[in-house]
Amino acid sequence: MRTSKPARAAQYVALAAYLVFLAFPFAWLISTAFKPAKELGSLDPTWIPHNPTLQNFTQAFDEQPLLQAMTNSLLVAVSAALVAVVIATPMAYVMARHRNRLARAATGWVVISQAFPFVLIIIPLFLILKNLHLINSLIGLIMVYVVWALPFALWMLVGYVRAVPPELEEAAAVDGAGKLRTLVSVTAPLLTPGIVATAMFAFITAWNEFFFALVLLKTPEKQTLPVILNRFIGTEGVADLGPLAAAAFLATIPSLVIFALIQKRITGGMLAGAVKH
Amino acid sequence: MAPRPRVRLRARLVAAAATALGMLLTGCSGEPEEDSGTITLQFQSLAWQKESVDANKELVKEWNAAHPDVQVKYVQGSWDSVHDQLLTSFEGGEAPDIIHDASDDLADFAYGGYLADLGELLPERLKSDIPQRSWETATFGDGIYGVPFLQEPRVLIANAKWLKKSGVRIPTPDKPWTWQEFRKVTDELSGDADDGKYGVAWPLKEPVSATLNLSLSTGGKVFHRGADGKVEVRFDAADQVVPKTVHDQVNSDRSASSSTLGMGGSDTLPGFFGGKYAMVPLGFSYRQQIVQQAPDGFDWQVLPAPAGADGLTQGVSPQTLSIAEDSPHKKEAMAFIDFLLQPENMVRLAEGDWMLPTGTEALKDPALHTEKNDWETGTELAEHLRSAPAQSVRGYPEWKDKVATPALQEYYSGAIGMGELRRRLVEDGNLVLARYQR
Repeated sequence: MRTSKPARAAQYVALAAYLVFLAFPFAWLISTAFKPAKELGSLDPTWIPHNPTLQNFTQAFDEQPLLQAMTNSLLVAVSAALVAVVIATPMAYVMARHRNRLARAATGWVVISQAFPFVLIIIPLFLILKNLHLINSLIGLIMVYVVWALPFALWMLVGYVRAVPPELEEAAAVDGAGKLRTLVSVTAPLLTPGIVATAMFAFITAWNEFFFALVLLKTPEKQTLPVILNRFIGTEGVADLGPLAAAAFLATIPSLVIFALIQKRITGGMLAGAVKH
Repeated sequence: MAPRPRVRLRARLVAAAATALGMLLTGCSGEPEEDSGTITLQFQSLAWQKESVDANKELVKEWNAAHPDVQVKYVQGSWDSVHDQLLTSFEGGEAPDIIHDASDDLADFAYGGYLADLGELLPERLKSDIPQRSWETATFGDGIYGVPFLQEPRVLIANAKWLKKSGVRIPTPDKPWTWQEFRKVTDELSGDADDGKYGVAWPLKEPVSATLNLSLSTGGKVFHRGADGKVEVRFDAADQVVPKTVHDQVNSDRSASSSTLGMGGSDTLPGFFGGKYAMVPLGFSYRQQIVQQAPDGFDWQVLPAPAGADGLTQGVSPQTLSIAEDSPHKKEAMAFIDFLLQPENMVRLAEGDWMLPTGTEALKDPALHTEKNDWETGTELAEHLRSAPAQSVRGYPEWKDKVATPALQEYYSGAIGMGELRRRLVEDGNLVLARYQR
């Protein structure tokens, strides 16, 4: 059915409004990052700073170890995403293809595990990591993030595996491909968008996470970006707004870049038709 | 079949990435054990403004240079989530030796046995330098669980030009406004015209502590401890003066903006600078933001908060330094605290945070008696600061969040009257407190 012109125009208007809605906080963040302190206290704020300045960036770098924190965050988030995906992918395959009681129980456990809030598990977790000498350790934090992201990653990937028609694997088997060859050459390429999306989810979860990092990392040289950003906020929620906006702006760049780089893989893979029904 | 060159290249890249990651992570494991012979103390500071962080770090450096056998390691904490972070550290036996916090956050840690009783550890100099009224803020039961060292009164930050032009009497710490006079003045300042200008803007995003602390001036206590040690909430005439003044300014006189009731202090500053509000009641340390953000030529001044039957008395929750009960080096930790709070050092910390020191010697320092940025007005208020009424009450956080905050917000906005406010604070409030006092 063809969409009428007015309906199409309305769709574009709605899409544009949604984009503006999504972009507004980021645009305001950029505007704030370049405003001098006196403009931040103005009753009539403007989108474009009257006297744009890099002072907030200088101050942010001067006051906090932002580069170190960014490196730590990247290291932790990339590692957590990779490990989560490496563990979750084969598990998801088994759970999706073999629907037995164990798989159902595992799915149930995945759903239940999402119900536990941070505060409930933080003290036992802290004690376990302490016994493993992994307090104030990025390895410890990566382990926590992997465990934290794993259930949802698994749940996501099970959906993606189920979307790959088993007929394709059967066809490969008929053509003489072994199980491993089928997985590598047939299933894995079709799962790529799902794996990338899951890795993205695990990356962003770890990149943004604050509380575990706050509790588990002590020395400034090991702390991650969200913890460092929090230092621009003082008593009664009073914030050093300019440097905070500058640092927050810088903090969003890596995730934007990574998303921009891999988004083609996500959409490309999703659009690729696998089987003709 | 030999792997194709592209696959080989990919495999190599993956191997190289894994090696690099492994190398990076090897530098990321936990802390090594401390060397024998030298004591290392961890000092978790919550300083967050650059001047304050610098002052703390410099003092740590000076201590370390003078005490090679007791080294202090500066650990940066954060005001946000400090309670949860400390609780986890205590439970895990990994708490820092010296803990920077605020007195209103100490009760649970003190009663929970996580903090050392400093009674026996405190040197006489420090004990006598800080007045009893300040020690009371960190005293829980029979023990002292923190050294209160920085505090700030709530003051009125005023548009000096507006006040001068209006011809109202300018209050001083010696001759402050009464609450009735304050209400009259704000009415006068806002004028008759409906031009969006107000005599005062109350930033009451967190209405409970502001209301309770200011109510000490009118003799309001709200929490009354009986002979059996149990605390009961009352909301009598003396407790009602401050809330009623705010309510009437917003709802009857229209001399206070209703839109700022849900705001934090910083959010009111653009309106203050823009000439919408003649005065904003804020903490003394907000002067730093005002100095940074005020437009060129903006003339502002600090005025004391209004006085009541008990004069300028108001409640505060000072910043504190405590020692973890689990610390094996309590004596050394106290020696460091004593160094940090020597009068000249306390002044450096106070200047860094734009707050007042609690120490009587530090308060005499000429740097805190200058007219510049109205340090003098604040310093004169120091003697009127008392322990915030709620901080030793068990169950206060729940009473505050579930009962008092919504009740006061609704009262200030005009949604409920004084009778309903009283009923909720007292009846609902006592039900909450009773659960903590069984």
